[in-house]
Amino acid sequence: MAEYKILVVDDEPGIRMGTRRILQNFKVDYPFMDEHIEFVVLEAATGEDGIEIIDREMPDIILLDNKLPGIQGVEVLEYVKKKLYDIVVVMITSYASLELAVKATRDGAYDFIPKPFTPQELRGSIENITKQLFLKRMTQKMNKEGKLIRFQFLSVLSHELKAPINAIEGYVKMMNDRQFGDDMAAYQEMIDRMQERIKGMRSLIMDLLDLTKIESGKPVQHLESVNITGIAQISIDTMRPYSIQKDVDIYLNTKEKIMMDADPNEIEIIFNNLISNAVKYNRNGGRVDVFIESKKDAVVLQVSDSGIGMTDEEKARLFQDFVRIKNQKTKNITGSGLGLSILKKIVDMYHGEIDVQSVPDKGTTFTITIPVNAQT
Amino acid sequence: MKKTVLIVDDDMDYLFQMKIKVEQFGFETITADGQKEAEMIIETTRPDLAILDLMMENDDSGFILAYKIKRKYPDVPIIIATAVTAETGMTFDINSDENKQWIKADLFLDKGIRADQLQKEINKLLKI
Repeated sequence: MAEYKILVVDDEPGIRMGTRRILQNFKVDYPFMDEHIEFVVLEAATGEDGIEIIDREMPDIILLDNKLPGIQGVEVLEYVKKKLYDIVVVMITSYASLELAVKATRDGAYDFIPKPFTPQELRGSIENITKQLFLKRMTQKMNKEGKLIRFQFLSVLSHELKAPINAIEGYVKMMNDRQFGDDMAAYQEMIDRMQERIKGMRSLIMDLLDLTKIESGKPVQHLESVNITGIAQISIDTMRPYSIQKDVDIYLNTKEKIMMDADPNEIEIIFNNLISNAVKYNRNGGRVDVFIESKKDAVVLQVSDSGIGMTDEEKARLFQDFVRIKNQKTKNITGSGLGLSILKKIVDMYHGEIDVQSVPDKGTTFTITIPVNAQT
Repeated sequence: MKKTVLIVDDDMDYLFQMKIKVEQFGFETITADGQKEAEMIIETTRPDLAILDLMMENDDSGFILAYKIKRKYPDVPIIIATAVTAETGMTFDINSDENKQWIKADLFLDKGIRADQLQKEINKLLKI
């Protein structure tokens, strides 16, 4: 038998007692669980007392009233979130403050239970929460073992691959039904869109191949002495047709050879990703500047653009798999959402660091510092 | 007078295809390519029905939008069209009583729904 601790923070003694009574002999079973879960109810009449009990007893679930005599419920919620406690917080609230409850839900409360509640409602909620919590903890365990990440990656991947297929299928069906009669221009537009989606899918697959190469965990990297400036030049040449199309100039500001022990393919992937992003997220007539610098114990690669830039919030999500920064400025830009996560994985293999400086509407600078003589 | 359907999706192809379908059912359409644009539209315009994608700027854009539309126009039926459940295995358990209270959609549809089924569902919501 497992036991979850539930803390009720409410200044109405009736609610606290009621909760205790309702959950006294309540058990939750789940096919996944080997055992059932029972509950111990702790009580606090104020937010201050609540926080004390939280620190001391580390409950699993908190039922939290917002209107409290001292500090408010949302402040207790903030405290729990700030401390990163693994606690599910449920707001108990009257219907009148529905809006507050929704806000609290967005701020990290798991759910809310409208007041007054019936015993069935409370038990139902607690049952759901318990299952959720149990799954979350199991998930965290899986996460540590790396299983979940793989699962999530594959699910998002299938979504990303399916979206273009759906779009293409939709157009083929419309064309097959001759939905626009003999308006050839309409069909041409559909063909263009299909080609665009196919292109997107192809680049996703190429990125995936890069990622597989990295993740297959080659035991030894193929390191050789390579001229970094030369690779930057190759990468710039590769991007040239695209940059001309976008009317963006690319400048290689370092002329001298800079040698380093590295896998040339990986360095090229780094430059390809940075430069193609710098072109892609640029404005028409903008510029991209590439610098390479050899320092005493590191090589520094820098790519700056005069593009649309990012907010700090967007920056924080940059290196996750499949994250594409979606806003008005990027809505017509396609991408796999894998480029920067690939980049990061490569830089990590070299024990390097990535720094991103960005100002919205001014531009972004990526600086990668790779220590030399690093053992990988 | 023709009824107006608001369609919101950040996949421009899906948005276009949905617009064509809904217009063929005999409705007027207004389209938006994300939560922000849709929020601007509902400031001034009351659609007769809304079809929303779930994951746009944020993973829960569709929910937030649904909440805002219902707050302003409680009687406007909302369909959330999503591929999320089928493809990612993530579930929102939208039919549980607690979630019903704050997720304000009238219907959840899979994005791959057939046109005739979609039409039937829309007509049902509009009581046509």
